[in-house]
Amino acid sequence: MEEGRGHVILEGDWAVLKKDEVFKAVAVLRRRKIIFEKQWFYLDNAIGHIYGTTFEVTSGGSLQPKKKVEEAATETKEAGTDNRNIVDDGKSQKLTHDDIKALKDKGIKGQEIVQQLIENSTTFRDKTEFAQDKYIKKKKKKYEAIITIVKPSTRILSTMYYAREPGKINYLRYDTLAQMLTWGNVHAGNKMIVMETCAGLVLGAVMERMGGYGSIINMYPGGGPVRAATNCFGFPDSFFHTLYDFPLSKVDTVLSGTFSSKILPSEPEDSIAVAEDSNGSGDDKQQSMQDADMECSTVLAMESNQLEEQEAVDIPTEGEAFDSNKAKGTVCDKQKKQEERRKKLIESAALLKNKDADGLIIASRFHPAPLLLSLLELVAPSRPFVVYCQYKEPLVECYTKLRERGGVINLKLSETWLRSYQVLPDRSHPKLMMSGGGGYLLTGITVINEAIKTGDNTEQAANEPTSKKRKLEEHL
Amino acid sequence: MSFVEYGDTIKEGDTAVVFLGHESMFPVKVQDGGKTQTKYGVIRHSTDLIGKPYGSKVTCSKGGWVYILHPTPELWTLNLPHRTQILYSTDISLITMMLELKPGSIVCESGTGSGSLSHAIIRTIAPTGHLYTVEFHQQRAEKAIEEFREHKVDHLVTVKNQDVCKNGFGVTNVADAVFLDIPSPWEAIGHAKSALKHEGGRICSFSPCIEQVQRTCLALKEHGFTEINTSEILLRVYNVRTISLQIPDLGKAVKEDNSSAAAFDRGNQSNQDAPCAASPQPGTVQFKSSVPLREMVGHTGYLTFATKSLF
Repeated sequence: MEEGRGHVILEGDWAVLKKDEVFKAVAVLRRRKIIFEKQWFYLDNAIGHIYGTTFEVTSGGSLQPKKKVEEAATETKEAGTDNRNIVDDGKSQKLTHDDIKALKDKGIKGQEIVQQLIENSTTFRDKTEFAQDKYIKKKKKKYEAIITIVKPSTRILSTMYYAREPGKINYLRYDTLAQMLTWGNVHAGNKMIVMETCAGLVLGAVMERMGGYGSIINMYPGGGPVRAATNCFGFPDSFFHTLYDFPLSKVDTVLSGTFSSKILPSEPEDSIAVAEDSNGSGDDKQQSMQDADMECSTVLAMESNQLEEQEAVDIPTEGEAFDSNKAKGTVCDKQKKQEERRKKLIESAALLKNKDADGLIIASRFHPAPLLLSLLELVAPSRPFVVYCQYKEPLVECYTKLRERGGVINLKLSETWLRSYQVLPDRSHPKLMMSGGGGYLLTGITVINEAIKTGDNTEQAANEPTSKKRKLEEHL
Repeated sequence: MSFVEYGDTIKEGDTAVVFLGHESMFPVKVQDGGKTQTKYGVIRHSTDLIGKPYGSKVTCSKGGWVYILHPTPELWTLNLPHRTQILYSTDISLITMMLELKPGSIVCESGTGSGSLSHAIIRTIAPTGHLYTVEFHQQRAEKAIEEFREHKVDHLVTVKNQDVCKNGFGVTNVADAVFLDIPSPWEAIGHAKSALKHEGGRICSFSPCIEQVQRTCLALKEHGFTEINTSEILLRVYNVRTISLQIPDLGKAVKEDNSSAAAFDRGNQSNQDAPCAASPQPGTVQFKSSVPLREMVGHTGYLTFATKSLF
């Protein structure tokens, strides 16, 4: 596991930058300029420090570890009791815009700028203690250039994605993802089927919870799975040894028993998938890191048109990776890779053929009903499944169709609300803003479906007491 | 079976869940020669359970049937014998993710209570992690130890019978995460800090009242914890139902009325992907809807999370 290399920031690591509540995932590389929250800097100095260290950005873009400083208590604890005499004349701050800019250009520390702003505010002393607190906090946020470097985790990456690029993860809020992992009973040793189009975030969350034990079959639409978010977790290579991919378009052949390794995806698709495959392994790490980094830092632009954006971002980068592969690799290399890919595909199909998966997780931009009805066939009885959808109606349809199909019990359609609180002495209350929606879940448990298996269910049903039958049909 | 590993068939000594329908279920300890009474008749363990696959339909003596399910922490939470108020899976999910629990994590918990959260933690940190759980009530501590053994997870957990506020967790500098569900968590923050690894870790405290949260947040700040965040999570469950609404009679001529209702019906149907079932009564429209439960859990507790960092 990752214990050994765990807590020191190393070159080549994936790390997350944090400023207040804002996150950004980056690859730790030397001499690489990073822009984060209107500041630019290099991560060179951060290498060798422990995760969780807070740094101050100094001029020239270098990072200096910041020691915990005692809050510089405002020497005279003078404060007003109310604001009856505070008039907004726009002249309370004696420093002008230009003065402040000059201070900044001189490279004066943010902390000192805040101090100067306080000293030059004529109304500061008349403000209530709470208002003074609020003023300082606001100014600190603006002028103090402080970032913390933390280790990636599902908590951090799912929060980051929901805040920065919710469209890429189908508006799956982090508390909803948390429910999925629990209701899916995701744990070490499972054989999980994951079908997602959430940039690989859901896959990464499942991988984290399985810790490299067991196996995951990642169903993907199109040419290959998207793993931008998965890469940000910085999993060890060993985690990828038990990760299998399987093209969604071949699921039917597995179900009907007509799967053959000869029907591989056609040539161009194939090469894309080869490039994708290598993302997890060592040789293309640099390349894949840059791809994923790009993906992570693309800002909200895609909200309006998710599909087009996804293609615009994903396909070219895949293409690049393919080009570089082609440039350095010979025909022989390519054949070898194709052979490897074919081998892995046969392994994936073999895992699926037994129809004994320990769970199914679906979170995609596609209609969930056909996915669910097909993929559930591959799950063993008495195992949980979880379907996410941004909208409720498709899940209502899933619910109805699963009832008709049978073989599932304990169906539950749900949603979670998440409310954050400000907790301060005498100032505790729910935060002003909360998220309006984090999507819906349909959960349930598989059972042996006798209606399909034996085909004599009419006879059997006739034998059952009618009262019991009616009760169960109503509620099951 | 075990709570941390799936098995295919039901074996002697297993804890299985008998599912009667509509969230009506109970756990059963499978024993050779054992019998379990249900409202549909008796289940004989030797013939009806042992050797059958999990997920099977079992016919009881009176002809009714039940499903036998593999135990999971989530099913256990719904069925365990309450010795205290317990945490449910909605809160547990958020706690697990926000504490960053995963295989290999070392976790400290207090109090053990009825073991609802304990089972979920053990499931997540297995096979290489460990849970140190502290319960000051002797009978509860002993009962928990017994359950962990029955569920074959005792190698992953240590139960201590002591007062966490006075004596701490009994371990120092080992934990990746600490969870507190006690009446005065602020008195245990110091112990929590020393239980956490030197390089840091995460903490969560669960309290029903805002005054408790207030004191806990102050204590966390005093002990140098950062990223202090308080939130609350609510589960909304929906019932899926077929609803039928009557078309109002606006006083039009009888013949016309019938045809206009039918026209409305048709229009409504063609607007939807899934065609509605033909209305059994003329003058009504049917559709599928998801209806919130008439009553729901409005508050369990506030969850306060924080990070211990090196500085």
